[in-house]
Amino acid sequence: MTALPDRTEKKLGLVIDLDTCVGCHACVTSCKEWNSQGYGAPLADVDAYGAEPVGTFLNRVHSYEVTREGASPMVVHFPRSCLHCEDAPCVTVCPTGASYKRVEDGIVLVNEDACIGCGLCAWACPYGAREMDAEAGVMKKCTLCVDRIHNEELAEADRVPACVKACPAGARHFGDLGDPDSDVSRLSAARGGMELMPEQGTKPVNRYLPPRERDTLTAAPMSPVAGDATGFLGWIDRALGRL
Amino acid sequence: MTDQPRVELSPKLFDEVRQTTCYMCACRCGIDVHLKDGMVRHIEGNRAHPINRGVLCAKGSAGVMQHLSPARLRAPLRRTGPRGSGEFEEITWDEALQTAVDWIKPLRETAPEKLAFFTGRDQSQSFTGWWAQAFGTPNYAAHGGFCSVNMAAAGIYTMGGAFWEFGQPDWERTKMLVIFGVAEDHDSNPIKIGLGKLKGRGARMVSVNPIRTGYSAVADDWFGITPGTDGLLILSLIHELLRAGKVDLDYLIRYTDAAHLVDGRPGATRGLYLRDGHGKPLVIDRRTGAPATWDAPGVRPDPGAEWQGHLTVFRHMAERYLGEDYAPDAIANRCGIPAERIRTLAAELARVAFEEEIVIDQPWTDFRGERHDRMVGRPISFHAMRGISAHSNGFQTCRALHVLQILLGSVEVPGGFRFKPPYPKPFEVHPRPHGACKAGEPLAGPHLGFVRGPEDLLLDDAGGALRIDKAFTWENPMSSHGLMHMVISNAHAGDPYPVDTLFLYMANMAWNSSMNTSAVIEMLTDTRADGDYVIPRIIYSDAYSSEMVAYADLILPDTTYLERHDCISLLDRPICEPEALADAIRWPVVEPDRPGHAGVRGFQSVLLDLGHRLGLPGMVGADGGPAYADYADYMVRHERRPGVGPLAGWRGDGKQTGRGAPNPGQLQRYIEAGGFFVDHIPEEAQFFKPWNAAYQDWAVSRGIYDAPQPYLFNLWLEPLRRFQLAAEGHGEHQPPEHLRARIIETLDPLPIWYPAFEEAAVDHAAFPLHALTQRPMAMYHSWGSQNAWLRQIHGENPLFLPQGVWDAQGFREGDWARVTSAHGEIVVPVALMAAQNGQTVWTWNAIGKRRGAWALADDAPEATRGFLLNHLIHELLPPKGDGLRWANSDPVTGQAAWFDLRVRVERVGPREVAEPLIAAQASPVGRGPRVVRHGGDWT
Amino acid sequence: MHPAPSLIVFTVLSGLGFGLLAMLGLGLRAPVGWAAFCYYALGYGLAGAGLLASAFHLGHPERALLAFTQWRTSWLSREAVLSLATLLALAPHAAGAVFWSTPLPLLGAIGGGLALATVVATAMIYAQLKTVPRWNSWTTPGVFLTAALTGGALLAGLTALAGYLLAVLALALVAHWQVGDLRFASAGSTMGTATGLGRLGGLRMLAPPHTGGNYLLKEMVHVVGRRHALKLRLLAMACAAVVPAVLLAVSPGSYTGAGLALVLHVAGMLAVRWLFFAEAEHVVGLYYGRRGELSD
Ligand SMILES: Nc1nc2c(c(=O)[nH]1)N[C@H]1C(S)=C(S)[C@@H](COP(=O)(O)OP(=O)(O)OC[C@H]3O[C@@H](n4cnc5c(=O)[nH]c(N)nc54)[C@H](O)[C@@H]3O)O[C@H]1N2
Ligand SMILES: Nc1nc2c(c(=O)[nH]1)N[C@H]1C(S)=C(S)[C@@H](COP(=O)(O)OP(=O)(O)OC[C@H]3O[C@@H](n4cnc5c(=O)[nH]c(N)nc54)[C@H](O)[C@@H]3O)O[C@H]1N2
Ligand code: SF4
Ligand code: SF4
Ligand code: SF4
Ligand code: SF4
Ligand code: SF4
Ligand SMILES: [Mo]
Repeated sequence: MTALPDRTEKKLGLVIDLDTCVGCHACVTSCKEWNSQGYGAPLADVDAYGAEPVGTFLNRVHSYEVTREGASPMVVHFPRSCLHCEDAPCVTVCPTGASYKRVEDGIVLVNEDACIGCGLCAWACPYGAREMDAEAGVMKKCTLCVDRIHNEELAEADRVPACVKACPAGARHFGDLGDPDSDVSRLSAARGGMELMPEQGTKPVNRYLPPRERDTLTAAPMSPVAGDATGFLGWIDRALGRL
Repeated sequence: MTDQPRVELSPKLFDEVRQTTCYMCACRCGIDVHLKDGMVRHIEGNRAHPINRGVLCAKGSAGVMQHLSPARLRAPLRRTGPRGSGEFEEITWDEALQTAVDWIKPLRETAPEKLAFFTGRDQSQSFTGWWAQAFGTPNYAAHGGFCSVNMAAAGIYTMGGAFWEFGQPDWERTKMLVIFGVAEDHDSNPIKIGLGKLKGRGARMVSVNPIRTGYSAVADDWFGITPGTDGLLILSLIHELLRAGKVDLDYLIRYTDAAHLVDGRPGATRGLYLRDGHGKPLVIDRRTGAPATWDAPGVRPDPGAEWQGHLTVFRHMAERYLGEDYAPDAIANRCGIPAERIRTLAAELARVAFEEEIVIDQPWTDFRGERHDRMVGRPISFHAMRGISAHSNGFQTCRALHVLQILLGSVEVPGGFRFKPPYPKPFEVHPRPHGACKAGEPLAGPHLGFVRGPEDLLLDDAGGALRIDKAFTWENPMSSHGLMHMVISNAHAGDPYPVDTLFLYMANMAWNSSMNTSAVIEMLTDTRADGDYVIPRIIYSDAYSSEMVAYADLILPDTTYLERHDCISLLDRPICEPEALADAIRWPVVEPDRPGHAGVRGFQSVLLDLGHRLGLPGMVGADGGPAYADYADYMVRHERRPGVGPLAGWRGDGKQTGRGAPNPGQLQRYIEAGGFFVDHIPEEAQFFKPWNAAYQDWAVSRGIYDAPQPYLFNLWLEPLRRFQLAAEGHGEHQPPEHLRARIIETLDPLPIWYPAFEEAAVDHAAFPLHALTQRPMAMYHSWGSQNAWLRQIHGENPLFLPQGVWDAQGFREGDWARVTSAHGEIVVPVALMAAQNGQTVWTWNAIGKRRGAWALADDAPEATRGFLLNHLIHELLPPKGDGLRWANSDPVTGQAAWFDLRVRVERVGPREVAEPLIAAQASPVGRGPRVVRHGGDWT
Repeated sequence: MHPAPSLIVFTVLSGLGFGLLAMLGLGLRAPVGWAAFCYYALGYGLAGAGLLASAFHLGHPERALLAFTQWRTSWLSREAVLSLATLLALAPHAAGAVFWSTPLPLLGAIGGGLALATVVATAMIYAQLKTVPRWNSWTTPGVFLTAALTGGALLAGLTALAGYLLAVLALALVAHWQVGDLRFASAGSTMGTATGLGRLGGLRMLAPPHTGGNYLLKEMVHVVGRRHALKLRLLAMACAAVVPAVLLAVSPGSYTGAGLALVLHVAGMLAVRWLFFAEAEHVVGLYYGRRGELSD
């Protein structure tokens, strides 16, 4: 059933704050760890201790450099995972129905039992959010930790994606972006949450908060109370008088 | 939709959660280890834990791959091939322990100093130090001397604590944070959590760092300083603040020595505090204009006073720092930061400190008995790490930073910088170092400490160093953490004397933790005329097949961090928060199993066993048997002072905190509580701790002090002045001639700046660039490379070149470069990075690996394209032609000056393999498997 | 995109096969008896071999039947369904021609139409992908269809028709390359839109997320040298269209000429397909600092 649902009850997704992300990769390994054992096949690493290790990761953190006219260059760390698009091309291209978008929460998933490993969905995704697992021969992608966020075996507070729980800087926020009053929707609205590659027409659910402006420090110059040590003495005297 | 596949939303992925403490780095976060069928399945952060509050870094989240690493050692090893070959035979534990006893027992009986015992970041230093003290060797220290002793010592000497385990910004309230030279810090997760809070509030974060990555990338403002010049920048900020009268005079008068008179008389007391007959420092009382002791009842000290030619500390500061030498315009070029930006930063510090003060309606009483009805804070905080400390001018730079904090009145106040118990703790209450040893006897006191003056140095009658690392000598008198980076070099040189057995624990000294790696490898393998090794014996404890393993003669294999007891103790480096005392344990959440091999043992337990076999005091029970069954037993029953032991929680009957008799049920209580213990500081005692009577009383009740210890901050540092006085010729303890001038110049009682030594020594035309390393957040030194997940993130490291260098030599993607320092050269891959200081190149630390180590393939990228900068960094300065060996260390503390390195870079086009290429070592553990499917075993 | 041999072989062979089947179905060549057997065996064989080759590309070929289920949305599924339908629809027609010398023209026409639809569906698998702007154009089905028809005509020995089709193919290839070279830029995806950081200033990748390799890089980030690609284009154009056309023109009716033309055409088409993949840039490359330019 690779037809996309007309609408989903919720639009669960992530809001990732590029102003705060320090590029620590905690979301990368926590994701790998959780998703190596819950939903579907483990994420394999081939040539794990060899010359060309290649593993499956559902989330990867890039680093970009921004050069600016008349200001110092910036560095931005950029985590990249599935955006759980509303108009997910990865779903509609799938020949087997393995790829689908859940009606109840909008999560885009791969039903690994039905996946023939053709790779077409990965081609269809503009964001590089799908990786074929070399050992399992099936397509892997961010599950939004579907087996955490609804998992009644876990404490309530832990029912968030593994990457969100792990992120030390609090740069990852999880919630319902379909509900304009949710924390994530408000945060995104307040901070100008961005869609990635809107021109691709995928209508991503996830939002990225842009880095705040950098190097803006200004302050009114201080007026000297003393030009030298002697003048300074006078100031001490006056200041002591005020204490 | 009905044809949507059914997803199991609530799978039960584990059958048990065991809570312990992470040890993928020294941050010591609480972890929930999820087990299924007795196997470690996955690891998450413990939400209740004071350090990480549920979050977990990249390393911690990859812990399972560390625990299951193919590089884990499996049995004690005895070397069979030549040193460095990696050829070993597995032996039993009895053989291993007997061998160790046979080697070192005779040393204890004849010359205990011939055993040199040095440890890495093991976090059990109160225990290993105690062991070494019992053995009686003066040669013990941990890694602090090459790590960040400048930071620690400058903080403790100046204000009774520094950053990291000593204190942290008031993350909840601070409005402006300035960080100097921090890439990651030990406080990894708390800093990130804190930065997240600042960002959430929109508070400003400023980073002073030559490189704009990580924390500096998210900083609102970046000051891309030229390495080694922070001291100048900070003193210039002080210049600006003083000139504008933007200092917290009330704070200075109450809580610092600003108003102390400094003896102005020529002679042996010049420059020390002026004291009364009882040795109490004097101030001028504003009410009378006459001298009074600083703590006389009702005294109102005058920081601007001059009395009979004696100026106050504050007057000395004004005279020095108001000078034009420190004006922004005078230093801007040297620091690589425009003067205007320096003025702006100073003005903003002043604005936030004095116009945005924070008030908490919490009455408190100070040590003078004065009641304050509220707590007023200056919401400026600072943090700093090795970027300022790992330089040969680092001690003074760190001190300058503390003085800046203090002038702003922002230490131990709301919104400022806060201490974490057991700090604040002034240097005066720390022990002095001990080094005189006698055959067969324990050392009289702890090895490491805080010297007060020349009389505390560890020198023999002829002026020779008592310690192999020459700590606490005139070369680096205040070397409170020892100088681990000098041990191999000095032992090889037999200077000050040869040693017999080098006993190392958890430090990859043949590789990334040594300066001058290639030469260190030669020293470790060098032989004497009789064919014996120059360093005759090396015993080493590691948990994995590291490079150092290959260079040892006897290996005592440790467990992984999930398989043993450990103690994160208040006696050591605890995990406290500014609001709470806290300590923690590790416990075997899984039993060590290495089927088919002799197995591994927790090193601390092995040390206790060894101690018993050696008959060390404290380790032999009344019946002649072992005093402690193992480390767990020690953690519970050992008492350092009556009632005070390694763990503070649940003592005595289980209700006592800090002080109390050993409680046999203590570890069980820790386990039940999640692996840690927290005890909150009363509200009234939460700020102004050095002066807050309620805090002082609380600290005594918890066994942190034995009596209240209120003290003043030292803007003026008398111990430094005492060394200067000696160098000026005063007193019976006299430095060697060649050091006099340097001591006078660098051990100034007020913070100063001088160019770093290597910088001053080498030709800038030949070596125009600074070369640095940074910690990658997703790697821990060398030990992350055995981790199948982490090594995919950082499996190789380029040298990042600034735009100017890149363009000037026409570098292109895929190019390599020859990098040359005054000491050596390497050939390495390069990459462009514009967001760095234009005179700086840098790379990630410790990614390069020796072929054959860590169970990796010989052609692993770590070995072919990864590299160490360490080959270029010497432990000694370039020879000056005076025949002396001058250490590449801070002249105050001996801190290794890693970041003083200067290099030149030349394009060599594309290459395949980094140089130097060191011959492969055999792997005593085989190689890792081709495919890893963690979790595959369960599905 | 990674020019996977299985995909190149699959698309070329199945194109030839379905092209030939279209010729046979539509009755442009209407053999009977043994001749029919040979033609149909070739057509079915090529189409089948193509499908088999594509199965090598799968992680789980044993589940391939599932690929017939999603024809409502998925071009890949449609291709599967159409190809099967083609083979089924043509079977009676073929059997009639082979065994009873009685082709069934209506079924044949339907089968021929389905064969062409199959080729279009194959092309649409690529052409639908907005993520690969070079493919995301009418020229993709244009080339696939003309190539299939051309190959089919050549195989069917319809040399005159093939001559015209070769000319059209040449035009289609030129169009595909011309249009394709501009597609990435006009699609509007840049590193700036990919990261949302474009408005901040000049962007470049400082460090990849992992120093280790990954599926995306292997599969979707393939770099061909600009000069290398140009040379290959000339060669491909010459082999796939120009030389065969000239051969057919100079040696009308010659079996050797036609055979040579066919062989050259197929070799040329392999090169065309290699380029089709290798030159195609996926927007995901933007995250890795590939800006939609070919390297030198
Ligand atoms: N992930 C991870 N965490 C770790 C470690 C690890 O290996 N990995 N190691 C642990 C250890 S042992 C330690 S000691 C700590 C060290 O923690 P840090 O001190 O944060 O680590 P370094 O990477 O040495 O960072 C030094 C920083 O100072 C900057 N710097 C260098 N020279 C100068 C200078 O002259 N001025 C200024 N302002 N900045 C300068 C560098 O650019 C770099 O950002 O980290 C600990 N935490
Ligand atoms: N160029 C450059 N060099 C540097 C630095 C720098 O900034 N730049 N920083 C320096 C600093 S601050 C430091 S602290 C050093 C750190 O350098 P090292 O102290 O060498 O640190 P690691 O590489 O982590 O190696 C520690 C050893 O401990 C072993 N180990 C790990 N876990 C266990 C365990 O549970 N038990 C036992 N027994 N062993 C274990 C590891 O296998 C490894 O061999 O590097 C220093 N070297
Ligand atoms: S990000 Fe990619 S994989 Fe995820 S829903 Fe969108 S198109 Fe599909
Ligand atoms: S790889 Fe699997 S999920 Fe993706 S399109 Fe093919 S069958 Fe569907
Ligand atoms: S939501 Fe879950 S699956 Fe998705 S990136 Fe985060 S941890 Fe990975
Ligand atoms: S865990 Fe958070 S801070 Fe770290 S890289 Fe991921 S998003 Fe960024
Ligand atoms: S910072 Fe990371 S590696 Fe260090 S103790 Fe915490 S979770 Fe473990
Ligand atoms: Mo360190």
